[in-house]
Formats: sequence, structure tokens, C-alpha cells
Amino acid sequence: MAIIIFFILAILCVGSVLGMIISKNQAYNALFLILAFASLGGLFGLLDAPFIAVVQIIIYAGAIMILFIFVIMMVNVREGIPPEKKKWTLYLSMGLAVVLVIELIFAFKGAFSLTGGAMEKSGPTELGRVLFTDYLYPFEITSILIIAALVGAIVLIKREKEE
Amino acid sequence: MIPISYFLVLSILLFILGVAAFFIKRDLITMFMGVEVMLSAANLAFIALAKAANSIDGQIIVFFIITVAAAEAAVGMAIILLVFRQKKSIKSEDIKLMKG
Repeated sequence: MAIIIFFILAILCVGSVLGMIISKNQAYNALFLILAFASLGGLFGLLDAPFIAVVQIIIYAGAIMILFIFVIMMVNVREGIPPEKKKWTLYLSMGLAVVLVIELIFAFKGAFSLTGGAMEKSGPTELGRVLFTDYLYPFEITSILIIAALVGAIVLIKREKEE
Repeated sequence: MIPISYFLVLSILLFILGVAAFFIKRDLITMFMGVEVMLSAANLAFIALAKAANSIDGQIIVFFIITVAAAEAAVGMAIILLVFRQKKSIKSEDIKLMKG
């Protein structure tokens, strides 16, 4: 049963990312990406990570993609993206992608044989306990990172007063 | 029980598609979406290996990656809006000068 759900979610995920590459409309791209992130959330659920699955859907498919859609709304390019002029870049990128696939498979070679049983402790309780004990210091640093990103975004986008 | 290798292959596939989207697409917003896909592929690999190792540390790392992705999206979108305000375009080939 789980393997059927896995294949449905995997095909949905890869298909929507492919749709994002093929589609020319930015708003459709964002919707495709939301579908991809939602199915990834399902995959995380299959991997005994229920909390991460929910976070993935709320933060990625919710918050980040809303941000993208707002920017697409503000940057409304009417004429769309013109077709490719240089064809060779496409073939070059395809060749490099194949090389990268082979490289990554070699990198993961040792991990393919892992089996992985059921996780003993993987609920939100255990996650929170580890996050606030072993990983407290990185957690606090993350809050500084968020403040820095927030201030940086506001400073970047602020219009200077006309004199 | 689904073998971990299936998830790893899916993660590789998603990462490659993210790289391909980054290089094939011409508008900055969709290129940025490619980066998000790459980050998600990394998340999938982390969670799959966390399950294989029967350890929760991989999920914590994913937690941090999602936070960093959110911060990165905020700053990236600000930069894209800034570029659009200056150039009136978000096509990557229009942005080839370092200044002005």
C-alpha cells in the first residue's frame, strides 16, 4: 500500500516540476511548484516525519509560495518570455545534467543499500526535545538569521525619499 | 516497507530538475523556483537518510534548511523587485552589467 502512495506522490512531484520547466507562465509555474511541495510533504509523511511534513506544507507551499505569487503580481510582465535564441545552451545543459546525475549516483552509492526500519522516536515531542536541548545554539542563531533577512529585505526594497 | 534507495533516486531526480530549471528558464522568478526545488530535494535526502540511520538529527537539519530557505526567499524576492525597478525587466539576459 505504502509503495503505491510513494509512486503516486513521486510521479506527481516530478511531473509538476517538469510542468514548471515546460510552462511559460510564471503564475502557473508557482502553482506547479505548490503541487510539487505538497506531494513532497506527503513523501515526508511516508518517511516517519509527520512534523516536517506539516511544516513543509505550511511554510513552503503556504508562506514561501505566497511570497512568490505576490512578487509575480507586482512584476507583471505582459509580453511574456521570448523563445530561446541560442539552442546550444539547451543541449549543453542537458549534457551537463546527465554528468551530474552520474556524479550524484556515485556519491549516493553507499547509501543505496541502506534499508531503514521503523523509527522509534520521531514524533513532534521528540523533535522538540532535541531541538531545544542538543540544537539550542543553532536554533537561536537561526532567529538572528531571520531578523537579518527581514531587515535586509526591508532595507533593499525601501524607496529613497525624492529630494 | 519502501526501500530508502527509492527516495534517494527521487531526490537525485528532483535535484537535477531543479538545476535544469535554473539553467533553462529565462526569468529570474522561475530560476529562483529552481533553487527552491533543489533545496527540497536536499531535504528529501536528509529525511530519507535520517530514517535509514534511525536518528532524528536529519529532521532537525531539515527544519533549519526550511528556515534558511524562507529567509533566502525573502531576500531574493527583494532583490528581484529591485532589479525590476531598475531595468523594467526580470529576464536574466538583460542583467549582464555589474553596475547600472
